[in-house]
Amino acid sequence: MKTSFRTIALVFGREFRAYFATPLAAVFLLVFLALSAGLAFFAGGFFERGQADLGPFFAWHPWLFLILMPAIGMRLWADERRSGVIELLMTLPVRAHEVVIGKFLAGWAFTAVALVLTMSFWLVTLYLGSPDNGIVVASYIGSFLMAGAFLAISACISAMTKNQVIAFILAAIVSFLLVMSGTNLVLAALRGWAPAFVVDLVQSLSFITNFDRLTRGVLEVPAVILFLSTIVLALWINVQVVDAKKAA
Amino acid sequence: MQLVQATGLVKTFSRLRAVDGVSLEVSRGEVVGFLGPNGAGKSTTMKMLTGFLEPDAGTASIAGHDVFADPIAARRHLGYLPEGAPAYGDMTVADFLAFVGRMRGLSGAVLGERLAEMVERVNLAAVWNRPIDALSKGFKRRVGIAQALIHDPEVLILDEPTDGLDPNQKHDMRELISAIAPGKAIVISTHILEEVEAICSRVVIIAEGRVVADATPSALLDAAAVDGQRPSLETVFRSITGSKAA
Repeated sequence: MKTSFRTIALVFGREFRAYFATPLAAVFLLVFLALSAGLAFFAGGFFERGQADLGPFFAWHPWLFLILMPAIGMRLWADERRSGVIELLMTLPVRAHEVVIGKFLAGWAFTAVALVLTMSFWLVTLYLGSPDNGIVVASYIGSFLMAGAFLAISACISAMTKNQVIAFILAAIVSFLLVMSGTNLVLAALRGWAPAFVVDLVQSLSFITNFDRLTRGVLEVPAVILFLSTIVLALWINVQVVDAKKAA
Repeated sequence: MQLVQATGLVKTFSRLRAVDGVSLEVSRGEVVGFLGPNGAGKSTTMKMLTGFLEPDAGTASIAGHDVFADPIAARRHLGYLPEGAPAYGDMTVADFLAFVGRMRGLSGAVLGERLAEMVERVNLAAVWNRPIDALSKGFKRRVGIAQALIHDPEVLILDEPTDGLDPNQKHDMRELISAIAPGKAIVISTHILEEVEAICSRVVIIAEGRVVADATPSALLDAAAVDGQRPSLETVFRSITGSKAA
């Protein structure tokens, strides 16, 4: 498969700047910081625990991302279709996968900015005590990978519609299912009748279960593979959708 | 070699046959006016010529490259103004044209020269650093033309390039198209019949997805002449395409 990295870089640059061309970037970063901090303090008992760790902070990330990543991903393709720019873009000498990758990386880089801004938390815990930095680093990597998986799913769904709101809602629903599949609520409902391997499979695909493993400080290979392969699969489907829409 | 060659293009949208066996050849130096009533299949045909839409049957090639088998090579020779002149509204005119230029492989001094030429030729100096969202319809259309011309392509496909322009702007656009025409093959869709007489060397009229006329404007008028009196192009257009509706 031929790939022009120049095209990917150009698409990346345009899309990354586009986030900052509207108030969306500021709103997103503000909401993300406020929610991640607020949840860690008020719902996570960040202070009451009396421990210098970021566990309560990272524990909310799956729930935050399942709303926020669809918000970042929804415009990537739906807006292109609504405005008709997709017709211009896809008649330039580019390949669909180059554009898909460039757009995804732009959204992912924007997420990285949001995560870097939360590192003040880390500094606070370093000041207050001595957190296990290995765990913090592993958690950040896990959080970034999980965000990428949510984002790839959102981008893929965004390519299926010209309506950003529909893209957002569908992506949030799919993300919700992927988070929920590891909770007792879902697993208990399955255990009653499904064979054990199905229960294990559902649980092993859960973003929460896998993210929890990473936040315990071990960069577990299966969890990393799950998130990375989710990204690859979603982007592959994204390319197929962009190509197939040419026929419709 | 024909710069644009399409044979037997067919496209059906959920039972509606939008394009039904359209063939078209355009050689260097020709400006083809692509006419037809709304819904006749003009835009759909153009989308297939550019490779954006895949036909159910038929082939299309640009500068000898099949637009589906070898899309990248075909698109390098093509400048395309989609219907409505879409563009990234959040970008300035300068940034947008530079982006399209780079995506088309231009860079450095060559890109700078091409951008400068666009400012001049398409008359964009007044809005060069303004976001595209803030532009009038006329300027947006000109930005659309500029992005189609940025790499000086051999083939231009322009879907309603003068739609929404005032008479002065229409005049300027026609001058521009006439000026660049000699080395290129140009296909223009339009509703404005005077435009066809002004700039087109050939007229292709389609109705209900089929080509119903393909001739020079004067041959078309001669053929419809009664007692040596040429009718207006509008009369010809209406008699060819309006029979079913009348």
